[in-house]
Amino acid sequence: MLNEYFNLALKNLLKRKLRSWLTMIGIFIGIAAVVSLIGLGQGLRNAVIGQFSFLGTDFITVQAGGVQFGPPGSGVVKPLTKDDVEDLNDVNGVKFAIGRLIKTGKTEFDDKVSFNFVGSMPDGEQRKEVEKILGIKAEKGRLLKDGDRLKVVVGNHLLNKDHLGEKLKIGSKILVQGKQFEVVGILESRGSFIIDTVVFMNIDTMREVFDKKDDVSAILVKTRDGANMNIVKENIEKVLRRTRKVDEGEEDFRAELAANNLAALDSTLFAVQLFVYIIAGISLVVGGIGIMNTMYTAVIERTKEIGIMKSIGAKNEDVFILFFFESGLLGMVGGIIGIGIGVGLAKGLAYIGSLQLGSNLIQANISFGLIVGALLFSYLIGSLAGILPAVQASKLSPVEALRYAK
Amino acid sequence: MNRTIIKLENVWKIYKMGEVKVNALRGVDLSIKEGEFVSIMGPSGSGKSTCVNMVGCLDVPSKGRISLDGHNIAHLSESELAQIRGRKIGFIFQQFNLIPTLTAIENVMLPMVFQGYSQEDRIKRGKELLALVELQDRMHHRPTELSGGQQQRVAIARSLANNPEVILADEPTGNLDTSTGKNVMDFLMKLNRKEGKTIIMVTHDSYVANAANRVEYLKDGKIIKTKHN
Ligand SMILES: Nc1ncnc2c1ncn2[C@@H]1O[C@H](COP(=O)(O)OP(=O)(O)OP(=O)(O)O)[C@@H](O)[C@H]1O
Ligand SMILES: [Mg+2]
Repeated sequence: MLNEYFNLALKNLLKRKLRSWLTMIGIFIGIAAVVSLIGLGQGLRNAVIGQFSFLGTDFITVQAGGVQFGPPGSGVVKPLTKDDVEDLNDVNGVKFAIGRLIKTGKTEFDDKVSFNFVGSMPDGEQRKEVEKILGIKAEKGRLLKDGDRLKVVVGNHLLNKDHLGEKLKIGSKILVQGKQFEVVGILESRGSFIIDTVVFMNIDTMREVFDKKDDVSAILVKTRDGANMNIVKENIEKVLRRTRKVDEGEEDFRAELAANNLAALDSTLFAVQLFVYIIAGISLVVGGIGIMNTMYTAVIERTKEIGIMKSIGAKNEDVFILFFFESGLLGMVGGIIGIGIGVGLAKGLAYIGSLQLGSNLIQANISFGLIVGALLFSYLIGSLAGILPAVQASKLSPVEALRYAK
Repeated sequence: MNRTIIKLENVWKIYKMGEVKVNALRGVDLSIKEGEFVSIMGPSGSGKSTCVNMVGCLDVPSKGRISLDGHNIAHLSESELAQIRGRKIGFIFQQFNLIPTLTAIENVMLPMVFQGYSQEDRIKRGKELLALVELQDRMHHRPTELSGGQQQRVAIARSLANNPEVILADEPTGNLDTSTGKNVMDFLMKLNRKEGKTIIMVTHDSYVANAANRVEYLKDGKIIKTKHN
């Protein structure tokens, strides 16, 4: 029964192909915009969260360099030291502070050269903590352990051909800063380009290789359970101001709650998405009005046909359903095309982005739910737009409709 | 003869067009028995179509009573009227009134869609009916690919889709040449004689009218004469 109405509706749409296409433009622009932007936005968010989780979200990170002094490690800045780490361990509310070295290093293997982040792993208890914060797991081989000298664990994408290549395996010998290391583990991919291309080595080895006896690049501070992160942050700043002899407002270091950064990012993303949603929304409303207009025209054009159908037993509901289906279908076909365009657009933009960035950091993340949602939504718009014309069609008096001359 | 199937008692139809009132029917009394073939004749504007539409439940009278099978239809809702139209009445119009987007068989099957018949039943019956009007080889043609006479035969087949008791034909041969019209009339007469369908037919053609058992003459919305053949 219903599929019969569906067939009838489809026949009517096919009969006026050009008009159907034109009517659907508004819908597929809107749906394409929504699909591509939700897809990219989600991908972007995942990518950025992936980067942040490198530092952990329930941590306070301390880095050298004030906001006004440019990026950390730019030479002019007085670096943080092992002593600072000791000091922070004694701050009220701090559970522990871990000093980490993070540098850019040159790695070589099989005639290939790559520049990557090299990160240190602390010894003892703290090793587990850092592994947990970074969320790293070995896909092949193992993670580092105490006493691993001249051994490294590498990120998953180091096996890509634009890094060290797929010949890299457990037991391979690679050069880091000219020194030979044995690869003992390859990490699972984390979707964060920093972790996926990192080389981890134990802190002592790293101090040796990079010739940094006392420096730390960043201090990870974990607060005690229940401690107020903002107060702990202020305590940390107080201590560091004293030891580094700077006044308030002129700090040459930065303490940040990772969670705040995430929130800031989310609100930026939200603003961008909101803007796009508004545009997509306008397009969909215009598309809906287009469908409504087309359906009103169809009702007038087919007045006689409506009269005929009523004369052979179509009830008002039957006529309503027929037109209601037809406009829903118009919306849904527009939606299907829009989804196609949107997916293509998102993938295309992500691809262009990856060429620009030289990493596939931003990926279009188009979920099954997004596609189904877009499909239902476009059907819904079409149907809503069809309600009034369909009501008008269903209420036509049979005699009047039959008298209607084309 | 048989039982009375349709009865019009003092039926008035008044169209209001702004201030002006048009009395299309002015107290029509008419009764039609099962299996009868009745012709309605009269000058243009005399109310023939109005009368037939009312019998066919396409419209309700302004005043008076119309009974189908003893039930007054004057106060039924549009939905209930549609049900009666779908099940008990088959329409044949002067302009054939086929749906242009549908093929011959789809047109014939459409009334069955509204009565909820299964696809299988619809196709079976659709084929039978097209065979009855000798159009089985034109099943998948659209109306524009058929001649006027063929279109009218498809319309006849369609009017029979739900096996109605009454066929209403409003100038069925009006758009056809004489020989094609005769061919269509032959089919209608066959329906009356062989299938026992009650037929009410509006016509301007006295030759066509004479095929009926009875001719009712309408003028100015009133029946002025009845002729038994
Ligand atoms: N919807 C309407 N609104 C106003 N007047 C109408 C309407 N329908 C019919 N009439 C009037 O009612 C009268 C009867 O019309 P009807 O169509 O029944 O005539 P008819 O006998 O079928 O004529 P014809 O032979 O030309 O088909 C006419 O005067 C017509 O103008
Ligand atoms: Mg007429």
